[in-house]
Amino acid sequence: MLKIENLHASVEDKAILRGINLEVKAGEVHAIMGPNGSGKSTLASVIAGKEEYEVTEGDITFNGEDIHELAAEERAHKGVFLSFQYPVEIPGVSVTNFMKTAINETRKAKGLEDMPAKDMLKLIREKSELLEIDRKFLSRSLNEGFSGGEKKRNEIFQMAMLEPKLAILDETDSGLDIDALRIVANGVNKLKSKDNAVIVITHYQRLLDYIVPDFVHVLYNGRIVKSGGKELAHELEEKGYDWIKEEVNA
Amino acid sequence: MDLKEKLTASFLAFENQVDTDTYVHDVRNEAIKIFEEKGFPTKKEEAWKYTSLNSVLKEDYSVFPKKENAIEYNDVKKYFIHDIDTFNVVFIDGKYSSHLSQTTHDGLDVCLMSSALTKPKYRLIIENYFNKAATKDSLPSLNTAFSSEGAYIHIPKNKLVQKPIQIIYFSTGNEAATMLQPRNLIVVDENSHVQIIERHQSLTDNPVLTNSVTEIFTNKRAIVDYYKIQNDNQSATLIDNTFIKQKQESVASVHTFAFGGKLVRNNLNFYQTGERIESTLKGVTIIGDKQHVDHNTLVHHIEPNCESHQDYKGIFGENSTGVFNGKIIVEKEAQKTNAFQANNNILISDKATINTKPQLEIFADDVKCSHGCTIGQLDESAMFYMRSRGIPEKEAKALLMYAFSNNVLSSVKIPEIKQRITKIIANKLGVNIGFDL
Ligand SMILES: Nc1ncnc2c1ncn2[C@@H]1O[C@H](COP(=O)(O)OP(=O)(O)OP(=O)(O)O)[C@@H](O)[C@H]1O
Ligand SMILES: [Mg+2]
Repeated sequence: MLKIENLHASVEDKAILRGINLEVKAGEVHAIMGPNGSGKSTLASVIAGKEEYEVTEGDITFNGEDIHELAAEERAHKGVFLSFQYPVEIPGVSVTNFMKTAINETRKAKGLEDMPAKDMLKLIREKSELLEIDRKFLSRSLNEGFSGGEKKRNEIFQMAMLEPKLAILDETDSGLDIDALRIVANGVNKLKSKDNAVIVITHYQRLLDYIVPDFVHVLYNGRIVKSGGKELAHELEEKGYDWIKEEVNA
Repeated sequence: MDLKEKLTASFLAFENQVDTDTYVHDVRNEAIKIFEEKGFPTKKEEAWKYTSLNSVLKEDYSVFPKKENAIEYNDVKKYFIHDIDTFNVVFIDGKYSSHLSQTTHDGLDVCLMSSALTKPKYRLIIENYFNKAATKDSLPSLNTAFSSEGAYIHIPKNKLVQKPIQIIYFSTGNEAATMLQPRNLIVVDENSHVQIIERHQSLTDNPVLTNSVTEIFTNKRAIVDYYKIQNDNQSATLIDNTFIKQKQESVASVHTFAFGGKLVRNNLNFYQTGERIESTLKGVTIIGDKQHVDHNTLVHHIEPNCESHQDYKGIFGENSTGVFNGKIIVEKEAQKTNAFQANNNILISDKATINTKPQLEIFADDVKCSHGCTIGQLDESAMFYMRSRGIPEKEAKALLMYAFSNNVLSSVKIPEIKQRITKIIANKLGVNIGFDL
């Protein structure tokens, strides 16, 4: 589904990603871990198409198609979704109106008519129930004044609405209380199928107890320096990153 | 002959046409002298530093309509808020159009300035209110000198006017260039409530210069909601002079939606002459091309315990220019005043300009005054966030701009106006915002 080869990316001539290789197949869950500042969010943003980052070398293909020239919205239309580490506040646009616009623009791009209002309401009701989101919440301005946990839950609500092929969850667990973590993870698992894939970026093993990864990668200094199965996450939880840094620097 | 000479020379002929034996006669004569002395404002005047009338004044305007013109309702229906029941006072090239209007004398007066100025039964109101709020500046004086037609609205006390009143000025372009001097008088007595919508619309590309004066008096506990929809052709210039004199506990709000025209200057003045008054001034400006919109506001706090709220948002594209000049005066007696002013702007082109200047003159010591202005670009991280959800760049921009103006839109009390404005905004931005309000 997603294939990244020797990806280098920089911002304002500062190299951040320095040769990433990663292949994610349909039906898989990949976890990316790594110290602060190692480039995890940057990788997520580059996959989603943030123009601020310049791809200086390498390839990104999505379902066999080179997407590195595509605009963020075009990637979204193809099924790429990023749950932001820091969701952006957009005062004046309600959650509902935002989602209606996102869904109908995606449909428009596929040559479909707008979703009938009735179906839209039904979909919103269904997905907000899945994530146990209060109705009142949906008429509030997007992310404005939302608590950290509310923002993250709202990201997964959006994911549930858009049903992406590839979901990248950037520290979706941070800021969630224990109950919310379970609800959100449960939401993600409900949406999982053999046809889609998830990349989970996290610092903690906790989330991976719920969303069980097939592969765990360690990103350090802009490179994936170690990959393994889910037991690697346990090892990191126990030992931290020093041993990996030593291995790399040796 | 330049425009000033032409106007002063036509004054005698104009005065001869109208009844000369009235209080208004003296007012007009005094006014033309003021205009003659001061002339059109120039950039040398502090209040006109950023707005030049030069290019507007060089046209050869016809200063009186030569004949009565008619238009079909269906051709102009779109300029009306037509999905709700309203009173309409409509003018074509400065002349009243009974055909397009729906006036009333049933318990309230929604009618014409020309009758109010001439019929004895209105005399008392005219003598008490006419030209009692307008300043003696040159442009309001010019209007006063030539004032003969416009909307006259008198709401007696304890009356909740159910239907909004629309005041619409059309110009047909039947003359090569037209100058109009509309004059509105609105008197709202104790405990009454009225909603008014005003619009100036040119129907061709022939130049139109409108120098309008509106005087509004809100008596004790009266409520007035006033909406100005400015979305005119690129050849139309509007100088709007609005004066609102408020008595105790009255609540007045003016929303100005400035989307079009060649040049628009809004002189909006509030005078608080009583206690516990609330004044609201809000505006959304979205312009492009070489358009110019200037908001020049004044809130004069004269008595204690009053409030004023100003919130102006501006989005400027292409080579457009905006001006916001907001003056707040708090007199020594006006203790416990609460005055708020905000002016936020987004420049979406390198060539667009905004000049924003708050002016606070505070002579009382126990007051709360806050003001702030910002000038920025569209938030890049918000743009990426929206685009990553599948909303294309153009639509994402539009949504952000709509959201930016939403604060002002949210206080519009007539849903049909809100819808209309949202549509105009979407149109302006060339998108179909995927939802209704
Ligand atoms: N727009 C930018 N301008 C300048 N530096 C940037 C920019 N974006 C990222 N960086 C830098 O790139 C490096 C990687 O940042 P990134 O956000 O990808 O890290 P991360 O692995 O997600 O960290 P964390 O675990 O703290 O979220 C950091 O040093 C960061 O400061
Ligand atoms: Mg990060």
